[in-house]
Amino acid sequence: MENTRFLVSSSPHIRSGESTQRIMMDVAIALLPALISGVWFFGLKALWLTVVGVAFAVATEVVMQKIMKRPVTVKDFSAVVTGILIAFNVPVTLPWWMVAIGSIFAIAIVKQAFGGVGYNFVNPALAARAVLLASWPVDMTAWVQPGADAISTATPLAILKGTEATGVLPSLWSMFVGNIGGSIGETSALALLIGGLYLIYRKVISPRIPVTYIATVGIFAFIFSGFDLAIVPYHIFAGGLFLGAIFMATDYSSSPMTAKGQIIFAVGLGLMTSIIRFFGGYPEGVSYSILLMNVVTPLIDRFTMPRKFGEVKARA
Amino acid sequence: MNRLWKDLTNGLIKENPTLRLVLGTCPTLAVTTAVFNGIGMGLAATAVLIGSNLIISLIKKIVPNEVRIPVYVVVIASFVTVVQMLLKAYVPALDKQLGIFIPLIVVNCIILARAESFAAKNPPLNSVMDGIGMGLGFTLALVIISSVREILGAGTFFGIQLFGASFKPALIMILPPGGFMVFGLTIAAVNRLTAGKKS
Repeated sequence: MENTRFLVSSSPHIRSGESTQRIMMDVAIALLPALISGVWFFGLKALWLTVVGVAFAVATEVVMQKIMKRPVTVKDFSAVVTGILIAFNVPVTLPWWMVAIGSIFAIAIVKQAFGGVGYNFVNPALAARAVLLASWPVDMTAWVQPGADAISTATPLAILKGTEATGVLPSLWSMFVGNIGGSIGETSALALLIGGLYLIYRKVISPRIPVTYIATVGIFAFIFSGFDLAIVPYHIFAGGLFLGAIFMATDYSSSPMTAKGQIIFAVGLGLMTSIIRFFGGYPEGVSYSILLMNVVTPLIDRFTMPRKFGEVKARA
Repeated sequence: MNRLWKDLTNGLIKENPTLRLVLGTCPTLAVTTAVFNGIGMGLAATAVLIGSNLIISLIKKIVPNEVRIPVYVVVIASFVTVVQMLLKAYVPALDKQLGIFIPLIVVNCIILARAESFAAKNPPLNSVMDGIGMGLGFTLALVIISSVREILGAGTFFGIQLFGASFKPALIMILPPGGFMVFGLTIAAVNRLTAGKKS
């Protein structure tokens, strides 16, 4: 990880300009459209929370690496990305110190305590979100309508669920551009899609996980709703599906390595998300399904390990 | 005398049953949502531990090796029953809070482990000392963990409100995940503090 002096990998030894820093900078750039849309719809508080998230994530990384006597690696931008994602996963009404606690937890416990960048066993930002949601469930679900007046509202998924909130579903166009209640960075499918296309163009992520994940959710929404085609786009554009599929399910260290593994992973995500949305207690299941599949990842990797050249399958 | 002192202090930090041997994890996680419960559980287990260590050490010569575990369990269960009846009579509030975890002291692995690994091999007085030390070590661990969880998760200490109304307690701390987190971090802290000392 941090010991770059003795880095030996298998041949062929081809140098490329790829580095953690460049990849993470690309991810940060790809998150910009969603940040702009968050500030556009929810006001400057969204920007402030993002700054808090990033500042505490970076500061925690420095402090933890100093305490653990490891080289300080904040320049690789990974803490910045985690900080942005944490702010993107909370409602704009959340007090800033809760975002700060989320950042501290994500970096100190989930990332550094398990070995630093590349060693986190689940996505740090989502683990932070789960902790915040379990700690302050009221504050974490205080959704407001976009606009200056801070009228409280329900998310489209809560309306679809029907048990927690009632209301009129927003139009599909509002849902696509992000003019709905929700977390800061999750509402605008359009902005997230722009960021995702940029990442695919820069070859930072492969479209395999996001596309499979989103398609699986669409298919299961169709099946679970009793073959109601009209409800499918709502399930695809609502909630954190785009944010989770593009930016969090594709986390290198907590998603499978092989192509086959990534497909299994993404189908599992889609199935889990749909089950939680239709049959579970929460209206939204993206974060929990990603956390659950993160934990299963080592198992998927084990079963999809490519065979060595010339290896013969052992007889049972 | 030196030997007795050593047996007594062994369980406090060096071989702390919860933080060092990682025994009795179930009650540790389950009852540490409040300091009152933590102390109650710790002392109840201590009482059982002292009694069972003494009796098992006394009868170790006459118990056939093949049936020793059932015999130990019967001895432990008798003490647990006594403790439970005492709690029901004198501190019904605590009994209500701890509920099923009082009878479950019977299968608390700290007590069986000390019976097997200490009382069955050592003289009665040493066994009592070991019981006191291990029991207090268990209580100490429970108090540390439950303090953190109660202060952060409920904003109280021993039921006394610590902060103003604007304090929003982190609910997760009194939920099971918070228990695991505080438990793990406490073990890490103890390992860190005692690292470098010769074992």
